[in-house]
Order: sequence, then structure tokens, then C-alpha cells
Amino acid sequence: MSVLIFIDHSEGKIKKTSLEAICYGAALAKQTGVPAEGILLGTVSEDLGSLGKYGIQKIHTVSQESLNQLDAEQYIRIISTVAGTCGATIIVLSHTNTGRAISPGLSVRLKAGLVTGATALPETSAGFLVKKNVFSGKAFCTVSIKTDTKIISLNPNVFPVKTGEGSAEIIAENIPVGPPVVTIKSVSKATGEILLTEAEIVVSGGRGMKGPENWGPIEELAKLLHAATACSRPVADAGWRPHNEHVGQTGIAIAPNLYIAIGISGAIQHLAGVNRSKVIVVINKDPEAPFFKSADYGIVGDAFEILPKLISAVKKLKGVA
Amino acid sequence: MKILVCISKTPDTTAKIAFTDNNRKFVTEGVQWILNPYDEWYALVRAIEIKEKDPSTALHLIMVGGADCDAVIRKALALGGDEAIRVNAEPRDSFYVASQIANVAKGAGYDLIFTGKETIDFNGASVGGMIAGLLELPFISLAARFDLSGNEATLIREIEGGEETVSVKLPLVIGCQKGMAEQRIPNMKGIMGARSKPLKVVEPVAAESFTEIVSFELPPVKKGVKLVPADNPEELVRLLHEEAKLI
Repeated sequence: MSVLIFIDHSEGKIKKTSLEAICYGAALAKQTGVPAEGILLGTVSEDLGSLGKYGIQKIHTVSQESLNQLDAEQYIRIISTVAGTCGATIIVLSHTNTGRAISPGLSVRLKAGLVTGATALPETSAGFLVKKNVFSGKAFCTVSIKTDTKIISLNPNVFPVKTGEGSAEIIAENIPVGPPVVTIKSVSKATGEILLTEAEIVVSGGRGMKGPENWGPIEELAKLLHAATACSRPVADAGWRPHNEHVGQTGIAIAPNLYIAIGISGAIQHLAGVNRSKVIVVINKDPEAPFFKSADYGIVGDAFEILPKLISAVKKLKGVA
Repeated sequence: MKILVCISKTPDTTAKIAFTDNNRKFVTEGVQWILNPYDEWYALVRAIEIKEKDPSTALHLIMVGGADCDAVIRKALALGGDEAIRVNAEPRDSFYVASQIANVAKGAGYDLIFTGKETIDFNGASVGGMIAGLLELPFISLAARFDLSGNEATLIREIEGGEETVSVKLPLVIGCQKGMAEQRIPNMKGIMGARSKPLKVVEPVAAESFTEIVSFELPPVKKGVKLVPADNPEELVRLLHEEAKLI
């Protein structure tokens, strides 16, 4: 018996969401009295053994370069095989784009109940109860997994990464990798940018910004705070900002530590994508904007006057000239 | 070409979310039911576009649910599609729903099975991938674009930190998101025509459910906003630094 954690990586580096998944899996292993093991497909430049400091004892690897790109069919087959050999009864992955591509297939193959988007450690004293977000962030539900093998995909930025002592044993698995069913023709990745779904701080602009030419201060503020930029649906629909920045019910759902909304009124559909943020700051000239009801801090006023002052105050705090 | 679009009903995006019966049941009184936006705007509309280009395409819709779903199914048929199938069962969990849809699709010769990326109520994002797993078909999740050339599909899908253009031979299952198609409003002809389109009701097959919802809860209520004067944004920075300790 063990908890098996899927470790995802990009550009040779372990993803932050995977470190969260490792810590979550390790805590769950401790809670249920079994070892925590990892599985990593493809190649990374990091020293895998050092991941032991997050509480993981073994890491199974299949170091074939072709697996550096998402190949859902192969991933599902290999993870299932390793889950079988190490007797995994719980599989943990992140509810990211990769997790979304593979977790349902794993559930079918392993006949394992799946809860996607978990927000806390399961309650295991009686049964196996996992808390997750439902109604697009407007509520939580507790789901009981009834199968012997269980799969949990963890929401990003809900479980803290903690380091301790230890090193992990690396086990190179000799599992043949078949030809891909899906051919990857091209990949475009934004390098160096902070991923919206992983960002701890997000600065977001809405229609109140009046036009794409006014995004300079939002980008500057985001850069100063090491934040990602986001926008509301009308902004993405008008083409002011790319669609992959649209947060809300029909866009991306995020849960940063700090969400700064500038010129966004806070329609219920927008709130659905951001109300899991730990702290919300709203800057809007309309004191009746519904967003203020969901905010922790707010400024009623003209964003174009407030932003320059806000930026210079942050610069002062950070010691940037 | 034969296409199956999997649809689901969800509360309207502005619906009040409340629970009753010891937080075990969602309060449905006064709730407007709509087609799940991802199923409608992206999956269904993209499938309709394919049929418009090639009218010989057979376009079927499928939903797992009780008779209370028929109104929403008719709304979907008003947008397009030849016929709808309703598997007459309460959707117990995503594996149960996927099993019912896979059972209908099995051996029926569908070249493409479209689903939305997730429903806006349970946010499971699981049914599409499970159908693919059950039918042993490739699954493209988070697809933002779909093009077809003969027997080969080219798609753009969202991956971690970017996007990928991929090609894959039919048949396959696709989870659709923003970018696939533009939202449409049904016209009068569509609404009238939907009434006479076949809506077949089939009984469910025996299938397992792997999970069960035990209870719901609402998020804690915010304490209320702390307003900072507009002429003093420095105070906001101080609060975020000293009080919230976030910057």
C-alpha cells in the first residue's frame, strides 16, 4: 500500500503545483500510515533525490524524452502500471491542465473513484471524504470515494509547501513507451512569465481600464509584485487582452493569495472565477460596484489617478527606484 | 460524419446557491436551468458548424437525466442537431454518467464525441475523459480550436503554461473550452423546428458510481471591505504589507 504522487515538470523544472501535490500526498500517507511515492515521466535537470525533503520516500521514473510532452494515453498507461506494482491505493495529482487530461482516464483504468479540484486533506477516520469546490467556487461539497483505489486531483495554491529533511530513492522503471496516438505538431509556451493558475498574486483589469493602450500600469504593478495579469470577460471578448487571461465562470478559475481587481464591477460570473482568492482588493470608481461586497480592501476612485500612486508606493516598499 | 455531443443541465450562472436538508440538497426552487455553457457555446456550436459545412453529417445530442431535462434538451435542439437521446436516469456521479454515454456510443460509429470542458455546477471535468477511457479513444482536453481534414483532426489544446497544436485520427473525444466557437442565440425557425425533432428516451444500463456527495457548504462570509481613501493608496500598500502580510 502506498500513496502515489504524479510529479509534473516543465522546462526541466518540477512544477510548483507538483510540490504542493507531493506535500499533500506525503501528509495523506502519514495520516493513513503508508509510504509516499512519486512518479515522474520524462527528464528533468533537478536532483530528484532532494525531493525527499518534501516527505516522499521513493520516486519511480521513466526517463524517456518523448514523455517531456503531454501524451495522455502513455501517461495513463504508465502511471496505472506503476500504481499496480507499488500497490498504490491513493493516487494524487494536481488539478492542472495536465491533471485534467489524465485523471479521468486513470479513474477508468484503475476503477478508482476520482475527486477533482480537492481543497483539503481527506477525512479518513470513517470512510474517505474529500472536500472540493463546486458551483464554480460559490460552494464546497464533501464527496465520499467508495472504491478501494482512490484518485485525488488537488487544486493549485490550496496546500502549503513545507520542507523537512530526507532524500528519496530513485527507481528507474523499465516500462516500454509506445508511439504517441496524438501527434504534437507545435508547442507555444510563454517562458519566464508567471502562470496565472500558479500565481500567488494576480493583478486584473476590467472594462474600467477603457482600452488596451491603458494596460501599462497594470503590467508594471504586476511585475513589481511578481504577479500574473488577468482580465474580465468583456476585456477578453473585446480583444483588449488574450483569452488565456480571462478569469471568471467561463474562463479560468483562480485562487491566488491576493487578487487585485482594477476597473472590474464584479458580476457574479466574474466572482465565480476569483472568489477563492484569499484576499481581494477592489479599485473601482463606482462605490455601488458589487465587487466591494466580496472585497477585503477597497479604494473608491479613478484607477488612472490611483494606479501611479499605488505603483510608486509599492516601489518604495520594495526599494525599487 | 457522425457526431455525438454530450450535454448537461446546470443552474443559470446567476442562480442563488443555497442548500437544504442538513446541507445535503441543493435548493432548486426558483432556479432557472440552462444548458451547461461549455457544452452549449463551445461543444454544440462547433458541432453545428461542422454540420453546416457538411449537411450529410448526423448530429446527435445526449443527456443523462430525468424527464425534467427535456426542456433544456429542446433548447439545445433549437440551436441545431438532428435528434437527441436522453438516458432516463439520475446522474449519480461522473463515472456513472460516462458509463451510460459510452454504452449508447459503443458500436454506434460516432467519429467525434464533443463534451464541454466541465460543468459549471459540479466542476468535475471528468465525463469526457472517462468516456474516452471506456471506449478506448484518444481524449483531447481543453480544446480551443478544432479543424478537420478527411480522417484527421487538428486541434489546439491548452497545456501547462501555453498551448499545443496536435493532430489525431478519428474517432476521438474532445473537451471543449473558450475559442472553439462563438455563442449563438437560437432563431424562431430553430425553436419551432426543435419541437418536431426526435427525442429518444432510453433506459440506463447497470453501472457503478465510484463517488457520492455527502454534504455541501457555503464559503465563509467576508467580514466586509476595509476602504482606503482614494488620495492615499500608500495606506493600501501598508495594509497589504503589515496587516495581510501578502506583499
